[in-house]
Amino acid sequence: MHELAVCQGLMRQIELLAQREQAECITAIRLSIGPLSGVEPQLLADAFPIASAGSIAEGATLEVESQPIRVRCLTCGAESDATMNKLVCGSCGDFRTQLLSGDELLLTSVELERRQHA
Amino acid sequence: MCDTCGCNITDGNRYLLEGDGKLARTESGREAVQVLEGLLSENDHVAAHNREHFDRHGVLAINLMSSPGSGKTRLLEETITALGDELRIAVVEGDLETENDAQRIRDKGVNAVQITTGTACHLDAHMVHGALHAVDLDDVDILFIENVGNLVCPASFDLGQHRNVTLLSVTEGDDKPAKYPVIFRAADLVLISKADLLPVLDDFSPSKAEGHLRQLASAAPLIALSAKSGVGLDDWLAWLREAREAVAAKVADGATVRPAIQPEGQQLHAHPHHHAHTHD
Ligand SMILES: Nc1nc2c(ncn2[C@@H]2O[C@H](COP(=O)(O)OP(=O)(O)OP(=O)(O)O)[C@@H](O)[C@H]2O)c(=O)[nH]1
Ligand SMILES: [Zn+2]
Ligand SMILES: [Zn+2]
Ligand SMILES: [Zn+2]
Ligand SMILES: [Zn+2]
Repeated sequence: MHELAVCQGLMRQIELLAQREQAECITAIRLSIGPLSGVEPQLLADAFPIASAGSIAEGATLEVESQPIRVRCLTCGAESDATMNKLVCGSCGDFRTQLLSGDELLLTSVELERRQHA
Repeated sequence: MCDTCGCNITDGNRYLLEGDGKLARTESGREAVQVLEGLLSENDHVAAHNREHFDRHGVLAINLMSSPGSGKTRLLEETITALGDELRIAVVEGDLETENDAQRIRDKGVNAVQITTGTACHLDAHMVHGALHAVDLDDVDILFIENVGNLVCPASFDLGQHRNVTLLSVTEGDDKPAKYPVIFRAADLVLISKADLLPVLDDFSPSKAEGHLRQLASAAPLIALSAKSGVGLDDWLAWLREAREAVAAKVADGATVRPAIQPEGQQLHAHPHHHAHTHD
């Protein structure tokens, strides 16, 4: 399972961001994870409490949204929905397509409380 | 370093960028900070750094991935035997526990660095960077990185390689690309290994395997080969020579080569990273 490793990388990103933004605590973390990213959202959610324990993000909610798998055909130009193991053009069937969305592995936003300056 | 370079942003998710500014108040009065950073940005930066090392030394780096036991080490042994006089080879071996594979390579007279990953089921760019310090890249033409035998995790971590090669042995079934789309989609070349067993495994059809691969919108070539009988080995060696020339030509142009399906964001991300070098 590599989700714990991914989560640990996420925590390092969060720590840097918290420093830069002078956050006192992180209350929510939003990710965008596509089905073709190779990361399983549920496993990541399971790993999160372990990776975040004792950190500035302990107790934060982790929200994961997924983008649909979409491809654009390089032959006929059509855009269509696709699935994990069928990424060919939905219109003409050609296999020369470009993935438009569905492989994201992104930290999209973070909700935080700032340190109060007296 | 590059918190705003937009790693991983594609046409499909670009709309996420369009919001009402970087900071917004949520209902609870907290601040929402938009980030849009690749989740593996730390790994990806070290990978870019590894790739710079390879390019500077004129080394072709190949990431070999497959299920456990598909024949990666055996193929490397035969490749060293066939190419040893022509090209200088080094190997980074990822293994959960043992040093066996590295020893098999060393027995062929080639430098092999073992990365024992313990519980980690994949290599990452940091591990490879660490291993590179035990390799004199000036003495190497091709560096093979034998990833941990696993069809799931290795595909998620860029190591800085130029090319991905995924092995599919004929004992595994020709529908593996449909079952593990992420790793097969990442392949620049698919090797159907243990092809000497095809006559006894009449339920494995190389053309069906190719069909499943094309369904993933992959244009990667397939080569059926056997490290045991030597069938198909020449095609593999020709592919290697060609990959070496392609990388050398790109580098001569001041660019680099990366595996075919790396996301648009990672290509945007190909800006030079001039970190201080204390180690070479
Ligand atoms: N028949 C046949 N057997 C092979 C061939 N290549 C490898 N094998 C056998 O398959 C087994 C596994 O081969 P390895 O080369 O160790 O496989 P690997 O992919 O390096 O394995 P891990 O590193 O454990 O993932 C060994 O018993 C090999 O002798 C081949 O071309 N034909
Ligand atoms: Zn089409
Ligand atoms: Zn960057
Ligand atoms: Zn091996
Ligand atoms: Zn370095």
